[in-house]
Amino acid sequence: MAYLDHAATTPMLPEAIAAMTAQLAVTGNASSLHAAGRRARRTVEESRETLADALGARPSEVVLTSGGTEADNLAVKGLYWARRDADPRRTRVLASPVEHHAVLDAVDWLAEHEGATVDYLPVDSYGRVHPDALREALVRNPDDVALVTVMWANNEIGTIMPIRELAEVASEFGVPMHSDAVQAFGQLEVDFARSGLAAMTVSAHKIGGPFGIGALLLGRDQSPVPVLHGGGQERHVRSGTLDVPAVAAFAVAGRHAADGRENFARSIGALRDELAGAVLKAVPDALLGGDPAPGGRLPANAHFTFPGCEGDSLLLLLDAQGIECSTGSACTAGIAQPSHVLLATGTDPALARGTLRFSLGHTSTGQDVEELARAIGPAVERARTAGLS
Amino acid sequence: MTQTSQRPLRVLAAMSGGVDSAVAAARAAEAGHDVTGVHLALSANPQSFRTGARGCCTIEDSRDARRAADVIGIPFYVWDLAERFREDVVDDFVAEYEAGRTPNPCLRCNEKIKFAALLDKALALGFDAVCTGHYATVVLNEDGTREMHRASDMAKDQSYVLGVLDEKQLAHAMFPLGDTLTTKDEIRAEAERRGLAVAKKPDSHDICFIADGDTQGFLAGRLGGPAEGDILDESGSKVGTHEGVFGFTIGQRKGLRIGHPAPDGKPRYVLDISPVNNTVTVGPVEALDVTALTAIKPRWCGTAPSGPGTYTAQLRAHGGETEVTAELVDGTLTVTFAEPVRGVAPGQAVVLYDGTRVVGSATIATTVRKERAVASG
Repeated sequence: MAYLDHAATTPMLPEAIAAMTAQLAVTGNASSLHAAGRRARRTVEESRETLADALGARPSEVVLTSGGTEADNLAVKGLYWARRDADPRRTRVLASPVEHHAVLDAVDWLAEHEGATVDYLPVDSYGRVHPDALREALVRNPDDVALVTVMWANNEIGTIMPIRELAEVASEFGVPMHSDAVQAFGQLEVDFARSGLAAMTVSAHKIGGPFGIGALLLGRDQSPVPVLHGGGQERHVRSGTLDVPAVAAFAVAGRHAADGRENFARSIGALRDELAGAVLKAVPDALLGGDPAPGGRLPANAHFTFPGCEGDSLLLLLDAQGIECSTGSACTAGIAQPSHVLLATGTDPALARGTLRFSLGHTSTGQDVEELARAIGPAVERARTAGLS
Repeated sequence: MTQTSQRPLRVLAAMSGGVDSAVAAARAAEAGHDVTGVHLALSANPQSFRTGARGCCTIEDSRDARRAADVIGIPFYVWDLAERFREDVVDDFVAEYEAGRTPNPCLRCNEKIKFAALLDKALALGFDAVCTGHYATVVLNEDGTREMHRASDMAKDQSYVLGVLDEKQLAHAMFPLGDTLTTKDEIRAEAERRGLAVAKKPDSHDICFIADGDTQGFLAGRLGGPAEGDILDESGSKVGTHEGVFGFTIGQRKGLRIGHPAPDGKPRYVLDISPVNNTVTVGPVEALDVTALTAIKPRWCGTAPSGPGTYTAQLRAHGGETEVTAELVDGTLTVTFAEPVRGVAPGQAVVLYDGTRVVGSATIATTVRKERAVASG
């Protein structure tokens, strides 16, 4: 068995499981005023402080959500509404075309239902947005831009964006910028204060925490219009009873991700290089997706295009041998479409059907890589005979 | 003769999300085969959830198939064959109607998708066979050749829509429901017993890619708006107006909307459809009597018959059997009926049987009426 899909989700850390199960047995709504409520609230606030510390933010800047998707929606829609309310001319959204669907579809929704105009920022063949491209888009008319949103690192091909430089350009024009850092947290130095961002998304289950919990890091001067209305929790920006056990486990995983980041990035990067080398040795005409420079991509990500293969075929063949990975393509109703990320980087649509993403994590070993190295060559050969249907 | 090979095979089970294909996959797995389930995504824009399941192209059907695979304990994937399906089945369906013929898309899907595109891919990926929930029987002869026979239960037999399969395709086809002598209720009971949630799912019917069942509307959308035209009687006199020839079928009685009754007071039926003249000809039921037909694009299950032979023929899905003599000359099959038959529509398949054995299939091109010959289109 070789689990090579940690970017989809990674196993929970034992410490996080312990923290979560301990809290599951404790009664208390963090909004209640009695002792049980205060105890729950204390756990939440201590966890918030831990997360803030791990992410270079103030505790008040940590807005807990149900996960990355909700945080992305809150940032994109909430900031759009708030900025447009303040000045009705602000209806332009600047977004990278390689965003996760949680951002992309939220932006498209604004265009369809809220009168937004979306300018997709150009990307290079690695899927990277350059600060000059952002500047150019802003200069065109700085007064009509509601927000900028560019992910910290791409979830499919692993390309890292120059977030600090981009945020600097945005702030020059007084435009708030959001970044989806779901894949970056735990692998790259993600420091909210130093980033210059107005908002940033993180998720627990990508770093060894539980499903169903994430956060939007939100600058204190930002007041997005809420998506969820209710009891006024989380700065009145995100109502809903807090999931205390999940919050506690998220904090444990967040602490671990920040403290262990450098070591993890170094060791996992070396293993990734081994994996990439093994794949290219077995399949010399495979194409590495994203930035080939180790400093330009997520250390745990390896993305390949296998010419003449259907990604679905490869996935089935590897899955049958216990090797679990992803085609890395967007999946709508179970129907594989060529990835919008690859299409944005200028990849030929036929080639874009034959991709696999291998992503490593804290349980990955050299044996996982060896298993893949043995299986990938014959699998590609077989998938090629099946061709492109 | 043995039913199926005893050797465990690597089997790809096509799972539509319905009860038959789920039970078929379960039986194949239970027989010891190494089964993988696949749901074919055939629509580029899948309809979302619908309660009255009509076909196999909704997100809900895909989910039902996945849940069945979970319970059976087999891997499951969704494969996107929408492009192939559009080219080979939907476009063909539209073109056939445009030419005034009445296509059978299920048959085309079996020929071009399930036992071609899907089978080819399955074989290339190392599978030995494709398994479906069709009711038909594959018989392996001692000399290694294979025959397809009607299902044990004639009432459920689907060999008609599989008649297009040649021996090579049959060699890799598995129909675990073919020898079922049970009622549909018993298949449902079996599904229930196996813990398959699709046990109570309504049967699919109609055409899976026409979600609302409005074939006329679907065709109008593809072939341009309906062009009003004349409904004529046999003498060529106008007796009514139609809103587009597409969607009429030879032998159709309902929905003609002719204002006044025929002089003899008897019901009138569609006798002929002419897209070129944009006319529909109607007449009495006797005028539907067909004594012979020609059919093209024959496909034989085994060797093509030489010389004239006596067979039984089936002319539409769920149709009865009729005695015929048939002869193949220069790739065109001529079928002569022992007794005249009614409601024979160009575009449909004629499937020839020798007893229960499928001999072959061809697409009906022209029919010979008692009084006159009518060419299609």
